[in-house]
Amino acid sequence: MTDHVEVRRGSYADSVSLMQVTQRVRDAGGVRAAVVAMATPLNVEVLADLGFEPGDAGPNDLVVAIRGEDAEGIAAGIAALEAGLAALARASAGAGGFGPAEPARTTASAFRRDPDATLGFVSVPGPGAFAEASDAIAAGRSVMVFSDNVDLEAEIALKAAAAEAGVLVMGPDCGTALVGGVALGFANRVRAGSIGLVAASGTGAQQVMCLLDAAGAGVSHCLGLGGRDLGARVRGASARTALAALAADPATDRVVVVSKPADPQVVAEVEALADGLGVPVHWITLGPGRPDLTAGVEEVLTAAGLGVPTWPTWSPSTASAAAPDAAPSDAPPGPAQPADPRGAADASEAADDPIGATAHPLGAADTSAAPFDPASPADPASPADGPYLRGLYCGGTLADEAMLIAAETLGPIRSNIPLADEQRLSGRAASIGHVVVDFGDDELTAGRPHPMIDPGLRLERIAAEAADPTCGVLLLDLVLGYGAHPDPAPALAAAITDARAVAADQGRDLPVVVALVGAADDPQGLEATGRALADVGAHVFASNAHATRHALRLLTRKDG
Amino acid sequence: MTDSHGRGTDAPLADLLRTDPRVVTAGADLLGQALRDQAVPVTEVDWRPPLLGEDGEDRLGEDRAGRTYRALRTVLGDARRTVANARALERMCAAGSELVAIRPASEVLGLEKGQFLHAGPPLEWERASGPMRGALIGATVFEGIADTPEEAERLLASGSLEFEPCHHRDAVGPMAGVVSPSMWMFELRDPVHGNTSYCSLNEGLGKVLRYGAYGPEVQTRLRWMADVLGPVLSRAVAAHGSVDVAAIVAQMVQMGDEGHNRNRSATLMWLRDLLPDLVSLGVDGTDLADVVRFVGANDHFALNLVMPTCKLAMLAAADIEGSSMVTVMARNGTDFGIQTAGTGREWFTGPANRPEGLFLGDFGPDDANPDIGDSAITETAGIGGFVMAAAPAIVRLVGGDVDFALAATRRMYEITLGEHPRIQVPILEFRGAPAGIDVTQVVRTGILPQINTGMAGAVAGTGQVGAGLVTPPERCFTAALDALASRATPGAEVGAVRA
Repeated sequence: MTDHVEVRRGSYADSVSLMQVTQRVRDAGGVRAAVVAMATPLNVEVLADLGFEPGDAGPNDLVVAIRGEDAEGIAAGIAALEAGLAALARASAGAGGFGPAEPARTTASAFRRDPDATLGFVSVPGPGAFAEASDAIAAGRSVMVFSDNVDLEAEIALKAAAAEAGVLVMGPDCGTALVGGVALGFANRVRAGSIGLVAASGTGAQQVMCLLDAAGAGVSHCLGLGGRDLGARVRGASARTALAALAADPATDRVVVVSKPADPQVVAEVEALADGLGVPVHWITLGPGRPDLTAGVEEVLTAAGLGVPTWPTWSPSTASAAAPDAAPSDAPPGPAQPADPRGAADASEAADDPIGATAHPLGAADTSAAPFDPASPADPASPADGPYLRGLYCGGTLADEAMLIAAETLGPIRSNIPLADEQRLSGRAASIGHVVVDFGDDELTAGRPHPMIDPGLRLERIAAEAADPTCGVLLLDLVLGYGAHPDPAPALAAAITDARAVAADQGRDLPVVVALVGAADDPQGLEATGRALADVGAHVFASNAHATRHALRLLTRKDG
Repeated sequence: MTDSHGRGTDAPLADLLRTDPRVVTAGADLLGQALRDQAVPVTEVDWRPPLLGEDGEDRLGEDRAGRTYRALRTVLGDARRTVANARALERMCAAGSELVAIRPASEVLGLEKGQFLHAGPPLEWERASGPMRGALIGATVFEGIADTPEEAERLLASGSLEFEPCHHRDAVGPMAGVVSPSMWMFELRDPVHGNTSYCSLNEGLGKVLRYGAYGPEVQTRLRWMADVLGPVLSRAVAAHGSVDVAAIVAQMVQMGDEGHNRNRSATLMWLRDLLPDLVSLGVDGTDLADVVRFVGANDHFALNLVMPTCKLAMLAAADIEGSSMVTVMARNGTDFGIQTAGTGREWFTGPANRPEGLFLGDFGPDDANPDIGDSAITETAGIGGFVMAAAPAIVRLVGGDVDFALAATRRMYEITLGEHPRIQVPILEFRGAPAGIDVTQVVRTGILPQINTGMAGAVAGTGQVGAGLVTPPERCFTAALDALASRATPGAEVGAVRA
């Protein structure tokens, strides 16, 4: 027999609760006797009667006295004690008793209600995001801040607190993440796998994940950073945490960092950190003269020993848009890529599809290393009648990528998110020359939902461009997945139909090219969406880079 | 622990990456729905915009919401806040309260002839409401400074008499809360932290001084209380030794009292403790019977013990730099004022609201004075309106119903720092009372503290007209937040503050 007596100072519970805990301890195997009580004079007497010596404990101290048959009995008793005390704490933090629970009004309160919650997700108006994100960090949880319009100082403060707490802040203005197979914000239902993403760009990450998915490669996690993380002020605070976490994650064998142009010194620092992590880290950083997102994905696939597939396309089937059987090639013929078996399966599935006549996976893969050649063999279909490219985007990074590619051929492009400030043009202004508009930019989202949820503004703009005789090609994106509009195809297809009809009334043919960013398993249905758009005459590409090059080909052919 | 890859489960973000996600969401429901569509357990925050700060000309171009957000960020970013609030809560809940003596105010507070205490934040005669004026008039007559109410009023208006808040002397007074030197006071001590607090003896209901009545019956009762009740009870306490009032408060909440508008079980428990000593004093039988009858018949008698007990709890939490916990809520019939642990004894005031509830006799809403009294110290300490769920018997008196009482108590957890370990609400599975009002949580959620209260007649001399529910004005909390922001630790402030 052996005794265990300990005094827990300043620890209080009421006597009835402690009697319940005591009973639990007595019921543990190998326990002969036990008292768990506040050391009131009465309880001290009880302890003494049982032969326990509680020392100098006072009425505000909790005394634990356990008599076990042996050390194992004591251990079992202590385990039962801890379980009992934990149950007390849970009961008191919960919402037991009569009446319905009142809603949690702060993130701190919600974390108390679900102590097992692993992540906070904040999408309140920007100025309110700091308080909610702070609550999550204070609760020791990582947090994704979807909110935009959070000022830089707040971001720096949150990330400093997160570093201290050993948690991750994804954002602010983090649109996309994938954690443990769960899509957060705007994200796609991609297959699970061993490639981890660290993303300073939401739609860029979606493009990369969807292409990986199309290639049969899977994603372990996609940790978002927010667009400013790799900037000179935040200095990659979240990138460092995310990289270290993915490197240590048993599900992740390879890491891809996706970013818009970032601060070179910060990138160098984070690259140096990444080099020491013991897992391969690839960088897909958009910028002039750098590989586009599709090329970056192809590099990753090749490095991983996976084949680069033919990226899916859906060709227009209407008579006015495409010559029959003329598979639109958006790139010069290149060396054949090793076919990925899963990619091939996708292609054959499409071919077997009874209504697959509208879906023509390309025969040749693009190799982005090959320079764009406007004089490449012409697609006889879809001559563009206006001189200018008009890109209307919902995804900021996709718009960036389109401008980077198009600028090489077309020169300066006006935009509300221009590559150079001289080309700034409000997203609300009428188009002049080549224009790419990002409808997801703050300028156009103030007071309304993101265009991936509410396409209204962009649909109006499509109509406006259709009526403009200088508009030669419409280049659009459509992003599927969680968070996005549940069925965006019908409204966009109708807008494309109307736009082409308006142009036709003016005697113009208006080609429409769509970058369709989605995964095969997305709730909206990738295949059905692609087909619906192709059915109304759009050229649809899974790769935004390929879509852009195809739009350029249509435009420059007309010029030629 | 390490896995087969040799990569430990204590690795960075292991909890996040290696367990099935469970998410807390605050904001757009669409995004929460996307998570539920993926069968992810989601706990939602019912987020609302915060209270708006005051218009300020010092920060041109910043709207009221912007001002609130900036102040919130500064206070939430104060490096001291978490520890300071934990300490404030711990001290508040650990405070004890023992009734150690009953003595005249002249003796225990050093109050001199011509000096008075009153409820709430500081007040000038010109701005004093009817019941406050009535109580001060009554006390002036009671002290023999004036022979008539008219003369008393003239003296008070002339500025020749002094009056200051009870809280400035660590005292509390229900309703008008007027204390004069001849009144006998409960003297309570916190054995844990060594503080002392004071409160007068409760007069009962109806036409009483604290509700602004000052007529002959009020004077007669006050005289008897000073001549018989005070001295007799004082001797009984001396004979009994100190009485643990903190224990009575914990028990009363388990017996259907909420400690503000219902103090029946506490009154009887206290009387039970004192009775053997009372009857052993050998005082005149008639006097003894009068004393026992007066105490036992006055369901509010223990309010004046509960309030200083709450004051002791809040005194223990006072003066903790960096803490955003509310330590005082008090009303003088004109203004509502609060103090916080992190801002010393500075008052943050706003115009007192008018309670809503039930009225006695022919009285109606037009007869009621704005909110008055230090008794909101009970809610400050986590009882009163905060534990209305524990007192279903009271909810109809204050114009609510049982569902409302349950919801009100549950709602208060959204603005408090923790749960009281000793004061428990049986109907909520003995959950601890919502304890420690946090200014930042009030401003963030827009939930105002729920107060149960009595209603005084607006006209001096009327007395009680009803009982009801009331909340503080928002500006007390936005002003306190601004002050906390201005005191935030240098360097802890985040965000560009415009010059």
